[in-house]
Amino acid sequence: MSLPIATKPALRRFHQARWDEPIVFELDAPGERGVLPPQVEPGVRETVGDVLADLPESLRRPAPPTLPRIGQARVLRHYLRLSQENLGADLNVDVGQGTCTMKYAPKVNDQLVADPGLRDVHPLQGEESVQGALEILWRTEQALTAISGMDRVSLHSTGGSSAIWTNVAMIRAYHASRGEAEQRDEVITTIFSHPSNAAAAAVAGYKVITIHPDADGYPDLDALRAALSERTAAIMVTNPEDTGIYNPRIVDWVEAAHAVGALASYDQANANGILGITRARDAGFDVCHFNLHKTFGTPHGSGGPGAGANGVAEHMAPFLPGPMVERDGDRFRLAAGGELSIGAVSAFYGVIPTIAKAYAWIAALGAPGLRAVAETAVLNNNYLMSKILAIPGASAPYATGRRRVEQVRYSWQELYEDTGITSEEIGVRAADYGTHYWTSHHPYVVPQPFTLEPTESYSMAELDEYAAILAQVAHEARTDPEMVRTAPHNQTVHHTHHDDLDDPDRWAVTWRGYLRKYPDAPQHRRP
Amino acid sequence: MTTPFVHPYLPNSAPEVRAEMLAAVGAESVEEFYADIPAALRLTGDLDLPEPLVAEADLSRHVRGILGKNRTRLSFLGAGTYHHHVPAVVDEVIGRSEFLTAYAGEPYEDHGRFQALFEYASLLAELLEVEVVNVPTYDSLQATATALSMAVRATGRTRILVASDVRADVLSKVEDFIRPYASLEHVPTVDGIADVAAVTALLGDDVAAVWVSTPSATGAVETAMTQLAEATHAVGGLLVAQTDPIGLGVLTPPAAQGADITCGDIQSLGIHAWFGGGHAGFVGVADDPRLVMEMPHRLFGLASTSVEGEYGFGDVAWDRTAFAHREEGKEWVGTAAALWGIAAGVYLALMGPQGMVELGETLLARTAYARKVLTALPGVSEADGAVHLREFVLHLPRPAAEVVEELRAKEIEAGVVLGEHELLVCVTEMTTQADIDLLARELGAVLGTATDATTHTPVLEEVAR
Repeated sequence: MSLPIATKPALRRFHQARWDEPIVFELDAPGERGVLPPQVEPGVRETVGDVLADLPESLRRPAPPTLPRIGQARVLRHYLRLSQENLGADLNVDVGQGTCTMKYAPKVNDQLVADPGLRDVHPLQGEESVQGALEILWRTEQALTAISGMDRVSLHSTGGSSAIWTNVAMIRAYHASRGEAEQRDEVITTIFSHPSNAAAAAVAGYKVITIHPDADGYPDLDALRAALSERTAAIMVTNPEDTGIYNPRIVDWVEAAHAVGALASYDQANANGILGITRARDAGFDVCHFNLHKTFGTPHGSGGPGAGANGVAEHMAPFLPGPMVERDGDRFRLAAGGELSIGAVSAFYGVIPTIAKAYAWIAALGAPGLRAVAETAVLNNNYLMSKILAIPGASAPYATGRRRVEQVRYSWQELYEDTGITSEEIGVRAADYGTHYWTSHHPYVVPQPFTLEPTESYSMAELDEYAAILAQVAHEARTDPEMVRTAPHNQTVHHTHHDDLDDPDRWAVTWRGYLRKYPDAPQHRRP
Repeated sequence: MTTPFVHPYLPNSAPEVRAEMLAAVGAESVEEFYADIPAALRLTGDLDLPEPLVAEADLSRHVRGILGKNRTRLSFLGAGTYHHHVPAVVDEVIGRSEFLTAYAGEPYEDHGRFQALFEYASLLAELLEVEVVNVPTYDSLQATATALSMAVRATGRTRILVASDVRADVLSKVEDFIRPYASLEHVPTVDGIADVAAVTALLGDDVAAVWVSTPSATGAVETAMTQLAEATHAVGGLLVAQTDPIGLGVLTPPAAQGADITCGDIQSLGIHAWFGGGHAGFVGVADDPRLVMEMPHRLFGLASTSVEGEYGFGDVAWDRTAFAHREEGKEWVGTAAALWGIAAGVYLALMGPQGMVELGETLLARTAYARKVLTALPGVSEADGAVHLREFVLHLPRPAAEVVEELRAKEIEAGVVLGEHELLVCVTEMTTQADIDLLARELGAVLGTATDATTHTPVLEEVAR
């Protein structure tokens, strides 16, 4: 008899937790409660009387809101069980969410910003009592100024797309200040830039022109030149694009835009592979933005809070949101935004817990570290690409035979033609092996797409594991397509009927809506 | 790579690993990967940054040293960010790696995230009495701008009447946001709340929305919502109510008084102040496809699965979004504030109906008490006679900025300076009777003392916006 020591299987025998956890309303137990708020003191009650009875009739809520009544420990168990039914980036080789830079978010940073000295300070306290918060903002601005090469940085934007909005709002204000607001009513972007560039420009009132790539997958300079005119307000481009291809003629793009009086806006959500390698300002951009929750190692929070940073050249500084942080000797103070400021883009000064985590990340790495981050991220990407392209049925359209920067948009088109299995189905099956995989942004210019961005955070063995999972699923698509088609098989839930979600008569966005539309549905009460 | 730099965050930065991986891809060096970046754009030398703090202990000491310069104080500050209690269970849940580090997983491997956010929307919907609530957007600024633009699109009209005193930062964002397609007209308030007659007189069949803020920027609770809704609906417009749900355990929700779109911030519901960085916006509407299809955000809904009786989740009406249609979307979708939504869901699950009722009563009572004892001071009066929740404006006999400075010297943040003599004072369930009495005493002392005018801080007024 020996201890059961065995070689681990090449692929994990992963199984997601399944708690059959009810919807929180189904936990309702009359009389229970989870937390008690401070009560009205007798002295206060004596002075003010019955404040509820004093309310005008129209303001007095006739009955308490129908929230569930649940004891504290049961609430905790409910949410911890839901957490176990969720695959965070800390738990998997999260390279499958390309364009989002799913890197390791250091635990120490979460601890550092939990300090009550940051958590509990109010944004309108006297400056002498919030010097630490102001210093963090100032230091982060300084660091991002160095990293982007731009003249000024604002941290007010509350996420990457929020920062794209800030860029387009500043662009609009710039042209308005020159009396060209009416004339310049077009924004040019590329199909492989994030959808928010097109969407934010449209929300700002611009007509959006989208440039498609040339035959090699590079942004088409001739198409750009044909589209540019005195009506162009700006080009809003990403580089490297979501294909992982760096536009080598980026300076020509910027100069062509400037030649017609347009501005150049740089979406740097994909900056991870070029930190310390090349800078926005060096290519002549007027404005740029970073996503602190991507490139600068802060956790993505199930979809936020993120934070954005806007870098601008000096001539765009008058349009920055305010207030700005200034250093005055050893002291830090708030000063107004630019004299032609677009105004407030967020409540107060941006998402400080996320900003502080980004600051700590930058401080831990410094200049050599940021460069090592970029180099390691591109090394990992090209390493993973060699593994993925070895899988029969996978390809990387465009720039064939060339290297990529930080990510690759791949295609399963060949596998699909052979098996009928789609990229989406492969992603669902891949989850059965304990990992996340995403197709890509719409539209699917690359057929049956998937985008992998390994970042700098995963070891060679982990990248091998991820590639092995995709190889296994691709193999299953050929040998046992039903297995793939009917996935998932070991997740919390089974194949979901998405038709319910597009029909106004059937969708249920809240429990209240569900109960109204499905009055006969049994509720799963659990003790 | 000039010098080897091996960092704990970078497993493959070790020279031997790097060499092995380069060999595997057939590259001489990482330089090959950057072949597309022209030499003229290549950075020569290092970025101008401080030396790295590679050791975790050194990093901790450095960051804690900076944050240690902050001080918390007895505070009566509000104006958009509020000091409410955050139950320990809330921090425990949102600190879990599985939620904290998740992002865009599919409904299968992220079932818990979808359920938690569906539950958040459902819990907030009970408080608001609406059937559709979005996955959180950034903050009340964004939520309000979006809500008003939804009204513009849904009605095809361009005039928006601002019926309440709205916060300057929200107004700034809204103005910049709707600039291309709508305009704002301000209707002065009377005694802190909407002037129904004046609003009605301005209504016409070109009005997209009447914008009501309740509580308003001064903490005044709107009492004529029903009349405003009826008048707005009579001309085919929509009532957009910006609110803070914190008082809705006891106050009638705007939707129950005729508001078509309710929007605002959930920072009050279990999210720390974070120096103004802990915000998340909500938009709530009835389950009317005309409005739902104008919402740009992600909506998570229940769905059936291949197993009878099992709840699945997914994105509702994905085709509304910019993720699906780029510039054809109503607005962009991006990383916003989902984790704060989970926090607010946990908060409401903990508070339950009784908790929200008791909290509402405590807020109203403490507000009334603070008004009473502070206006009992000589020369101090109220700016209006409206019902107030949490915040109210005092008229002071001395410049408010001077008073604030003098009280800061006593480690009290007395409020936010709104005008030369106007001070916005905020109390929450964290502000005890003793705290309020202390403010009254110290404010009385400051007002009763003829002091040299201290230099006032113009920046404070700016940031108060």
